[in-house]
Amino acid sequence: MSGMSQTMTSGKNEAMTIARHALPRSGGAAGTERASAGVPDALRAEWTKLRTVPGTGWILAAVCVLTVAVGAATAAATRCGTGTGCPIDPTKVSLTGIQVGQAVVAVLAVLVISGEYSTGMIHTTFTAMPRRWMVLAAKAAVLTGLLLAAAMVAVAGSLAAGRLILTGNGVTAAHGFAVVSLSNGQTVRAAAGSVLYLALVGLLSLGIATIVRDSAAATGAVLGMLYVPPVVALFLGGEPAWQRWVDRYAPTDAGMDIVTTTGMHNLVISPWVGLGVLAAWAAGALLAAGMLLRLRDA
Amino acid sequence: MTTTITPYRPPEEAGRDGFTQLLHAEWTKFRTLRGWVIAVLVAALLIDVVGLLVPRGDDHCGTACQAHVPTGPGGEAVNDSYYLAAQPLAGDGSITVRVTSLTGVIDSTSGFSTPASLQNPVSRRLVPWAKAGIIITGSTRPGSAYAAMMATGSHGVRMQYDYTSDIAGLPGSVTAASPRWLRLTRSGDVITGYDSADGRRWAEVGTARLTGLTGTVRAGMFATSPLEFVPNLPSYAESGGGANSSAATGAFDDVDLLGGPPGGRWAGQQVGSDNGPQPPPGIGFRQAGGRFTVTGSGDIGPVVAAGVNSGYVTGTIADHLLGVFIGMLIMIVIAAMFITVEYRRGLIATSLAASPRRGRLLAAKAVVIGLLTFVLGSAAVAVAALAGSRISHDSGMYMLPVGWLTEARVILGTGAMLAVASVLALSLGTVLRRSVAAVAAVIVAIVLPYILGVSGVLPASASEWVLRVTPAAGFAIEQSVPQYQQVVGRYAPPDYFPLGPWSGIAVLCAYAAVALGLAAYLLRRRDAG
Repeated sequence: MSGMSQTMTSGKNEAMTIARHALPRSGGAAGTERASAGVPDALRAEWTKLRTVPGTGWILAAVCVLTVAVGAATAAATRCGTGTGCPIDPTKVSLTGIQVGQAVVAVLAVLVISGEYSTGMIHTTFTAMPRRWMVLAAKAAVLTGLLLAAAMVAVAGSLAAGRLILTGNGVTAAHGFAVVSLSNGQTVRAAAGSVLYLALVGLLSLGIATIVRDSAAATGAVLGMLYVPPVVALFLGGEPAWQRWVDRYAPTDAGMDIVTTTGMHNLVISPWVGLGVLAAWAAGALLAAGMLLRLRDA
Repeated sequence: MTTTITPYRPPEEAGRDGFTQLLHAEWTKFRTLRGWVIAVLVAALLIDVVGLLVPRGDDHCGTACQAHVPTGPGGEAVNDSYYLAAQPLAGDGSITVRVTSLTGVIDSTSGFSTPASLQNPVSRRLVPWAKAGIIITGSTRPGSAYAAMMATGSHGVRMQYDYTSDIAGLPGSVTAASPRWLRLTRSGDVITGYDSADGRRWAEVGTARLTGLTGTVRAGMFATSPLEFVPNLPSYAESGGGANSSAATGAFDDVDLLGGPPGGRWAGQQVGSDNGPQPPPGIGFRQAGGRFTVTGSGDIGPVVAAGVNSGYVTGTIADHLLGVFIGMLIMIVIAAMFITVEYRRGLIATSLAASPRRGRLLAAKAVVIGLLTFVLGSAAVAVAALAGSRISHDSGMYMLPVGWLTEARVILGTGAMLAVASVLALSLGTVLRRSVAAVAAVIVAIVLPYILGVSGVLPASASEWVLRVTPAAGFAIEQSVPQYQQVVGRYAPPDYFPLGPWSGIAVLCAYAAVALGLAAYLLRRRDAG
């Protein structure tokens, strides 16, 4: 196997060593059987695993770069004469890159769990930490932290680039557009919501990947989940009831409403409720994953 | 004394390391993994289920709409609706006119309203392809062979014939200060068009041989004006764009018909009718001395998909190929795993030991996965396209007629696209050697651009760019009807792609070829494992 996975394995061994050293501390009472690691140890172990896998930094960088680049390219391709003939939503245009960035987020989330299954590391992990749900919770927590940090950079960069480019293209307040500005409450909501959106996509992907286990199948399943419903909804034009159903209950369709700042009356579901739908999907996937972890053999 | 002992050599089995054996081995590897077999069958099934579920018909319209769509000499669906002031022309001859003005109105009262048009529903504007000029037509039955010279709203003088052909003449618009002289001559079934800016120096614009243009034909002045296309705007996302009716008025003088009946009179008549909104008032023909005005509404040209230039609810077989990208998603995953699981399980060492010529191993895998996805994909697409067209037709949609060759190209071409995408996935799997990276890379390279390109997330220019330069250009093979620059329409997926069918799939093939070459190179250069 490649050097990358050898490093990954050794990184995980390091994590294991840490976990093992941690045992006496948490299960400190002499003579008791409570030898399982505590929450801080689980977090530390997962953080070490993720930190020492060489891919993580690159993937997080890719989230930021792709999100900002696609957003900037979309902004550059957006040209409008006057406000009425071309009602664009500058904040939404600037944040278009999230549509691509979320694919990379999903990949990172899949790697967090299926990497362990494909190398057999999962046996070691569960031996060290028999409370399997805690492993999943720790993975989710570490992943969320990393994703929130990366998403903040990505969203801030996208909005800055979008503002700069769109202003250059004549999308200004003088022409009747809602400019990308942090003094605009809707933009702030879209920005904060987008950061949460990316983190929730990560958690949903983590849940699905834990359920599916195989890395390739998990990647396909997660990306299918993200991208198939929007397109299917688009072509269900003849059946508005179905289309509304998808818009309202599909994770990405509902969740992406958070980036909308103009034409709010066209939304079938309000931005925060939409993000709530995505959160419910993520929670459901993680719950199902946690239950399956308990029920299945590793 | 020494004896030479010949070491025992097992008799060589002929063709033991032949390519056929390699193919057989790879096929066995594939077929014995039940999960993979189920997955590719599910992929094929999804292509059909999604493709047949997409409901595109309009029950309000019913089969009544379909009965009246005329077809042109080439078999394509056409609009043939205009106002004509003509005389019979029994043999060879010519018609010459001077066009002194072209004006128009656009009426959005029964069409598509925007905030601006609500304040001013009728505006005195010309649509870009408003037409007024002279025409020689076999008959006034819609769909007849014809050739015409015309002034247009914003595309200068054109010669058009038999609905799909369009040749540019003098540029610029017609005004009283810069009129245009137009001439058509008939010699048997050959029509030649000329234009002139001063009535003295004439330039030939084009020549058309029209099949079926025999005997007495009609020659005269015409005017028509297609629907104004209002593109889909983000704030009207639910409406999908719309169209307003329009009319064009051409003013003619210096009319000269050679070969017509002696003392013939110009007789006005409406030819055909489209199924669009009520045309603006004033359609007709007036004559005052040597001056004529003709006002018409409609279009003479091919019908394009998505119901834009006509009132017909039209569709193409591509509408039922929506499931293809979902099936592709699954096939990509399997194709990437076809090589990455060998790396993960260490089987690659055994495979390479059995077939030391590594390029051939990759070739065998590519052939197996390519053929499999081609056969399964084509079969699934054939069901989706043919049964889907049937369902759409029965639900009142007019399916644009295409030849069986085109249908075969769409079906087999889409199967080939799935095969090439699978080979691309296999190649990237060989290059990256890790399932997640390979699957994600191929999905981001093909499926994601397709989704971004067709979903309307990106601005139109960005969508077009994405569907030109990324491997998603291969989806262009799904197009069954051509685009016409002389017909304004919503040329958007799934019916239309920015690249033609063959150039689109060539882009995908180029990516796959580069990836396969890189994979073969790296497979030879790197240690396995």
